[in-house]
Amino acid sequence: MINKSEILQTIEMIDQQHLDIRTITMGISLRDCADPDVEKSCRKVYEKIVSKANMLVKTGEDIEKEFGIPIVNKRISVTPVSLVAESSKTISYVPFAEAMDKAAKEVGVNFIGGFSALVHKGFTVGDRILIDSIPEALAVTERVCSSVNVATTRAGINMDAVKLMGDIILKGAEKTKDAGGMACAKLVVFANAVEDNPFMAGAFHGVGEPECVINVGVSGPGVVHTALKSCAGAPFDIVAETIKKTAFRITRMGQLVAREASRRLDVPFGVVDLSLAPTPAIGDSVADILEELGLESVGTHGTTAALALLNDAVKKGGVMASGHVGGLSGAFIPVSEDAGMIKAVKRGALSIEKLEAMTCVCSVGLDMIAVPGDTPGSTIAAIIADEAAIGIVNNKTTAVRIIPVPGKTVGDSVDFGGLLGTATVMPVNAFSSRAFIERGGRIPAPLNALRN
Amino acid sequence: MRAIVTVIGKDKVGIIAYVCSILAKNGVNVLDISQTVLQEYFTMIMLVDASGCSLPFTDLSALLKEEGLRESLSVRIMREDIFEAMHRI
Repeated sequence: MINKSEILQTIEMIDQQHLDIRTITMGISLRDCADPDVEKSCRKVYEKIVSKANMLVKTGEDIEKEFGIPIVNKRISVTPVSLVAESSKTISYVPFAEAMDKAAKEVGVNFIGGFSALVHKGFTVGDRILIDSIPEALAVTERVCSSVNVATTRAGINMDAVKLMGDIILKGAEKTKDAGGMACAKLVVFANAVEDNPFMAGAFHGVGEPECVINVGVSGPGVVHTALKSCAGAPFDIVAETIKKTAFRITRMGQLVAREASRRLDVPFGVVDLSLAPTPAIGDSVADILEELGLESVGTHGTTAALALLNDAVKKGGVMASGHVGGLSGAFIPVSEDAGMIKAVKRGALSIEKLEAMTCVCSVGLDMIAVPGDTPGSTIAAIIADEAAIGIVNNKTTAVRIIPVPGKTVGDSVDFGGLLGTATVMPVNAFSSRAFIERGGRIPAPLNALRN
Repeated sequence: MRAIVTVIGKDKVGIIAYVCSILAKNGVNVLDISQTVLQEYFTMIMLVDASGCSLPFTDLSALLKEEGLRESLSVRIMREDIFEAMHRI
């Protein structure tokens, strides 16, 4: 039998250290919903999502009660909409976003991802329409999330798409200026996007995925932080070992929930995403872990090394605990969603430049960063280009989720509410990147793409 | 289905009887029980078999929570699998 201290330890992890399943995400293929008639196609999209996911929230809640583990979010990802909508004769894909939003509300999920296009090598007609529809789509819907993949290691960087996304992000912010540029908090620009990511806003159901699938994202920065308190002053070998053991436990729980959800919904299990995803709640912060390792503030020298160790140890600990590991798997560093990161920005310890360095060793990229509303589109595009370059050269996923907050300037605060948190506007480099971005074309795939 | 019931709260007379009577009324069999009082705080852990329970598991869980709160106790029931998964390879 399980001994008493193990039982109490688990309960303490849940009660005091915010251990939870961050998300159960159902991936749904919409490839059979294409139709030349927009209305018909949107109806098929709505009906398919509702019919597949109508039991998702109830099942999640049941598992939550039976196992006593909080499951914070139930979400849906769908086939990139550019692929589905392309057959329809129309100049705007906003109705598809509205159909997704309506379906999300009907089944009770808080986000639905997949208003997406994959344009790392170039645009199809549908890709262009989708990207042009993004600002409007995110402004008129509440729960729809969008992503655009602009680069891969194999294809290089589509700089035309990078340039375009700089402008689209500005337009999205402008359209939602009363909500602090909220549309941009639901838009991710990727390099090397993964097909089975359960985390928002970047989740979509990739073309190599089955008809329907369950992916689970685990979390638990608070648990790792607490475990590390017991090895104060210890050498890094012991730190790494402690993180590995903790990540193993967290992931085992995720695997159990994933298997159970998959069985009850009669939908195949896809992957467990081993990510340390912070929330704005106190004690649920990745920054706190880095500071526990001995940094006075996250952002100071040593932060990149600390994050590299954390990211690696989380993966090593988690990988044995789950049958299939996938998604983004690593440590997330979303600035506004992490109380410790925001504190570091406020005290002037954390800059965009340092965050960029950190993205070389963490699981994703520049995430939930607020910048002044008058930042030029070319500067945003150049930030995306830098991140994409890091991604393709290092064979990793990188992303940019940046919010140029209309009417706000450096040091101002903006509240996005809920899990998205509160951001302090950070300065960007004042020198222009315009002539660089204006060139357009493609940055060729790096040499390490030629691996055959 | 085997589950773990934990009861945490300030110590007083009759906690075990109170919790066990709720379990008995609903057809839940207690298999193992252990309890301690640490600095006035009462902690009890029970291994139970809920397969004969007249209520669905989620209702049982809600009932225990509610009845526990009535006596200022934190009572929860969780399926045993979760502890197995986290602490055993």
